[in-house]
Amino acid sequence: MHIRFGLVIIGLLSWAGLPALATGEITEFTLENGMQAVVIEDHRSPAVVHMVWYRVGAADEPPGQSGIAHFLEHLMFKGTEILGDGEFSEIVEANGGTDNAFTSWDYTGYIQRVAADRLGLLMEMEADRMRNLVLDPAVVATERSVILEERAQRTDSSPSALYNEQLRASLYLAHPYRIPIIGWRHEMEGLTREMALDFYEEFYAPNNAVLIVAGDVQPEEVRALAEQYYGPIEPTPGLGPRVRPAEPPQIADRRVIYEDPTVASPYVSIMRLAPSRNTGDQEEAAALTLLAQILGGGQTSLLTRVLQNEEQSSLFTAAYYNGLTYDDGAFTLVNVPVPGISLEEAEADLERMIARFFEDGIDPVQFERVKFLYAASEIYAADNASGLARRYGTALTSGLTVADVQAWPDVIAATTIEDVMAAAERLFYDTHTVTGYLTTPTEATQ
Amino acid sequence: MIRAVFAFYFALLAVPAGAQVQIEEVTSPGGITAWLVEDHSIPFVALDIRFQGGTSLDLPDARGATYLMTGLLEEGASDMDAQAFAAMEEQLAARFSWDAYRDSVTINAEMLTETRAASVDLLRAAITSPRFDEAAVERVRSQVLSIIAGDEQDPNELAPDQFNALAYGDHPYATPGTGTAETVAALTRDDLIAAHQQLFTQDRVFVGAAGDITPEELGALLDRLLGDLPQTGGRELTEAPWELSGGLTVVEFPTPQAVVFFGHPGIERNDPDFFPAFVLNQILGGGNFRSRLLREVRVERGLTYGIGTVLSLSDHRPMLLGQFSSSNNLVAGAIEVIQDEWADIATNGVTEAELEAAKLFLTGAYPLRFDGNATIAGIMAGMQQDGMPIDYIATRNDNVMAVSLADVQRVATRLMQPDALHFVVVGQPEGL
Repeated sequence: MHIRFGLVIIGLLSWAGLPALATGEITEFTLENGMQAVVIEDHRSPAVVHMVWYRVGAADEPPGQSGIAHFLEHLMFKGTEILGDGEFSEIVEANGGTDNAFTSWDYTGYIQRVAADRLGLLMEMEADRMRNLVLDPAVVATERSVILEERAQRTDSSPSALYNEQLRASLYLAHPYRIPIIGWRHEMEGLTREMALDFYEEFYAPNNAVLIVAGDVQPEEVRALAEQYYGPIEPTPGLGPRVRPAEPPQIADRRVIYEDPTVASPYVSIMRLAPSRNTGDQEEAAALTLLAQILGGGQTSLLTRVLQNEEQSSLFTAAYYNGLTYDDGAFTLVNVPVPGISLEEAEADLERMIARFFEDGIDPVQFERVKFLYAASEIYAADNASGLARRYGTALTSGLTVADVQAWPDVIAATTIEDVMAAAERLFYDTHTVTGYLTTPTEATQ
Repeated sequence: MIRAVFAFYFALLAVPAGAQVQIEEVTSPGGITAWLVEDHSIPFVALDIRFQGGTSLDLPDARGATYLMTGLLEEGASDMDAQAFAAMEEQLAARFSWDAYRDSVTINAEMLTETRAASVDLLRAAITSPRFDEAAVERVRSQVLSIIAGDEQDPNELAPDQFNALAYGDHPYATPGTGTAETVAALTRDDLIAAHQQLFTQDRVFVGAAGDITPEELGALLDRLLGDLPQTGGRELTEAPWELSGGLTVVEFPTPQAVVFFGHPGIERNDPDFFPAFVLNQILGGGNFRSRLLREVRVERGLTYGIGTVLSLSDHRPMLLGQFSSSNNLVAGAIEVIQDEWADIATNGVTEAELEAAKLFLTGAYPLRFDGNATIAGIMAGMQQDGMPIDYIATRNDNVMAVSLADVQRVATRLMQPDALHFVVVGQPEGL
């Protein structure tokens, strides 16, 4: 009964039938010094999210200084010529706000959330620390200990995190996406105050930054404040587009086996390089996004339906693809077999599912369902101004434009089954793989 | 110059802003109540539905039944098997998620306005008519067993598990809600049906709703969704005993970084000193850089990446709890700092500056929390579960601002018990 009703529903709710939203009005402008800005309106609550994203991340670090982008992110809270150590966060908190920061391969971002009438204060302080950072050597030494503890907590204590670090370093032969964001431990131990300041002086500049303001604000008001606080900052001359070491042709499949006695559920991963979204050219990425959903993106996806439900040979399966990277990203299949099934069998199961995918093609009903899910996800996304702000920040530091972000739902909607099959052929037939096993030491399993 | 401007902004803060959400209590024609924040700007509604009792309702010989039962709700219901249910959820673009905690099972649902009627029917089927098909039971059972196996190798799980085992005697709080490999392997379909009948009753449910729905529509929704559930059921639970004394327990585990879980009994939500205790916890370990523990352990000494404490309002034993990780060669030093801070606050209290900063932070950040339908629905369901009045949001900032230094010193003497503070350390700590 429910099923029949549902089929009627999907006939009624086409992509175009979804209503326009009352929130999420987007305005963009660029200051004379090159600082780009995006304003996302959401007048439902009197709050504002203020973010500054720098177009620099772990993939832009000098050789031998892995982790310096993230270390600098920590040090940005340690004071300027005007503010003391920790005072930035104290002032945000005293004004009823929260603040944080984040680092990825392609970007480093700083975020605060406050009542909308405090926006000017935040811009004043963020503009101050864009150029006026002051680092006490003792503070730097203590903070290096903190990032080493962070690595110990997030990576060194987690077999899965260590395994994925090794996989990534194998997937990219030359491109710096092979470097962990937190840094390799031995290089982190050697990071210095001078390295952080050199990195800071080169990359922290208005013409390398994106301002995102989301919440209960008017675009004209944001523009006036941005011109007042960020406008006077001199740009860094000569900052061109990022050019990282490129991948050579990948001509060999690779295997990574990582063993740890505390692995409870061994699993296999198969990774491939995959194109990312490029400005004006997002069709391939849209097809790969839908492919990941159809193969391993939910309960009705091929891997889940067959390996978990029908054959009951897997505990968990997934297909991952993230198109929001500056250079080429990755497409990953994962299979966690049930106890008693070896990783060799689990790997063969994944290969069998890929073969079956090409044999059976894509069920048109499933295809429409997946596309409808994407359309609906736009409605849910409008509920979260911070999420929308992150979406624009990530895109604009990954080589995309506001127009690309706004076109993306239409590009997804226009993607056909044939497009997805063609993208799948290029992905699975034309690339070499990195296949990884995360498992217990051989002795322990006998 | 900038300092002068900042001082001006500080001056603005004399009166904390009030939260702007308007909560309405809705009672359905059938007598089920929910708290609603109506907002029609985005065409969907978020529901947070909590059934009080959670995994603690497990019968002694069926530990893990509630957890497994919760995992099976979306794996086949009414005339749909697991695949049919999942396909329907996708077709409607409804989003359901299920979690089992020790005091409640929570269901989060987001439904588009245009598919709401069918989405409610689908969710109703999961709550009232789960099938517990044999194939689904075995599949989810094996997933739960792998989760248990993973937890047994994860110091972040082992530390609280060991603390609970030492602290809570024979109360359900003493054992993990997932059950153990042995108890989960022994669970039968009848155990799952019994767990379902115990938990899903009208007298256990709390509902928060936010978004594109009117009170009348919500009333009808509540009756459709929950009206067929029995009025009452499930066993009554007693207070959990507290059987730990101060000190330290080390659990050997091979890891570069030890995980530490620590605490002692806390304070009830209806205690007259709740607000002073709440402010005190913010000063102690609220998680921001001003908090004592983060400042002393991380910022000053670099002994951890993060540390925080929480005033836990668990139904059967309120607690003051904390957790952090620290390398094996640093962890003894970190624990010493915490013990010193605990004793210092118990003896000397906090400073006027700390109190003012905590009050500014708590009252200023609070109105900003209500950002989005799903968040608001969750806050409202949580408030009901914790027994807070419907005007709590409107009065909460005034209650915080009314806390005086004398209040905090009084509650510090009572709440902070350095001699009762117990640490469980999982790892290979040096010098402990």
